[in-house]
Amino acid sequence: MDRTVLHCDLNSFYASVEELYHPETRGKPIAVGGDVDARHGIILAKNQPAKKFGIQTGEALWQAKLKCPDLIIYKPNYARYMLFSRRVREIFHDYTDLIEPFGLDEAWLDVTGSGIYGTGEQIADTLRRRILNELGVTASVGVSFNKIFAKLGSDLRKPDFTTVISRDNFRQLVWPLESGELLYVGRSSQRRLAENGINTIGQIAQCSPEKLRKILGKWGEVLWSFANGYDDSPVARYDSSEIIKSIGNSVTCYRDLACQQDLDIVMYVLAESVASRLRDHGFQCRLVSIYLRTNELLCFSRQMAVEPTDLASEIMKAVRTLYRNNYHWQKPLRSVGVRAGKLVSNFNGRQLSLFADEKQRQKEGKLERVIDEIRSRYGFYSIRRLSMLMDQPLSSFDPKGEHVIFPESYF
Amino acid sequence: MKQFVDVICLYQRTGQIKPLYILWEDGSRYAIDRITQIVPAASLRSGGMGLRYTCRIGSQQRYLFLEEGKWFVERTPIH
Repeated sequence: MDRTVLHCDLNSFYASVEELYHPETRGKPIAVGGDVDARHGIILAKNQPAKKFGIQTGEALWQAKLKCPDLIIYKPNYARYMLFSRRVREIFHDYTDLIEPFGLDEAWLDVTGSGIYGTGEQIADTLRRRILNELGVTASVGVSFNKIFAKLGSDLRKPDFTTVISRDNFRQLVWPLESGELLYVGRSSQRRLAENGINTIGQIAQCSPEKLRKILGKWGEVLWSFANGYDDSPVARYDSSEIIKSIGNSVTCYRDLACQQDLDIVMYVLAESVASRLRDHGFQCRLVSIYLRTNELLCFSRQMAVEPTDLASEIMKAVRTLYRNNYHWQKPLRSVGVRAGKLVSNFNGRQLSLFADEKQRQKEGKLERVIDEIRSRYGFYSIRRLSMLMDQPLSSFDPKGEHVIFPESYF
Repeated sequence: MKQFVDVICLYQRTGQIKPLYILWEDGSRYAIDRITQIVPAASLRSGGMGLRYTCRIGSQQRYLFLEEGKWFVERTPIH
């Protein structure tokens, strides 16, 4: 039997919430944007009237103001968005326990076994009505037999629409769409496909998997199965998506990082936060990756394997190796991040290293735990490394305390 | 318009909160005669979201919202 999968997408989520709370500006172009002074000055979300002016998510506030001088920009209120997101999930829970959130504003629901509430389409309509009545924001819902098409469906018509993509109509509805509409076809994959004469999802579906493999590697075959509706990945249960796969922090600095010393300072703050969060969750990591973004917004990441660790000093050592080997200061850096992956639990003992000084490691571990303790009692800024004082404004952020949103990946 | 108001409530042993009186900004006090419905709802008119109590006050019907621990009413009565 086919599954019934819904994908529910809250339309222009942040902007819709702000629109609800500012009824006096309803119908006018509004957007939610970051703090210009802290250089987070980009558009995070915009409402329908603002879209008509061609305002795009991710562009600088001043660019948006050029396109639409009357644009009203609100500061983001993450606590409120999280409350809305939680309320929406509570509504979902009335219909199924198979809910896989994808960020704050999107989720997949498997309603195959929820027949007493109606067909997939009826449940989708009920969800939309309840979200509008109870929360005052609109959602668009895609109904299909797999997650990929359900997501496509929710993007097809919005705001406030239900789109059903069935085995009978997916060739008409999905195949004419541009290849970039398919989940995980990004700009560069789209370009590579276009170079090979593949422009639509239908062309991906009808191409041979071998050819796609040649163009895009093993991703090619995955995309081929997506395009043909063969995706059979399950909708993960709500709790299991909370299993932590990696822990990371990143920051856009108040000024560009121009030299090694700047980068050292910022990276150490991030590494400390990541290590501290690893310890909170009882994890050690076997992989450290860094993310660098230049002031021209070029970005890349590099990763390396490490001996299992939850120490900031060891993570920092890996971080330093990574950027010394991979970055040569062609451009100043605008934002940087550290991520710890391949997590293992630190409860079942640990393989001691033959080469590291284990006594020293234990000492460092104790030291970092004491720092955690002091910070939890007296605040983050109560104890800091001396190197942080080299540039106080640069190191004055608390990634652990300010960390609120965990982006999630499909796989 | 969103008008936050003081409310006198009865905390029932069942855990429910029952609003009894609304204290208006000019000092007058309105008794809530009957609550006809309690549902989660958004208030598009005043801009907010919470638990909506449909209240009968004298001959008028009013929505009273409980939002994040605070009470508010819509300025204009329901028609």
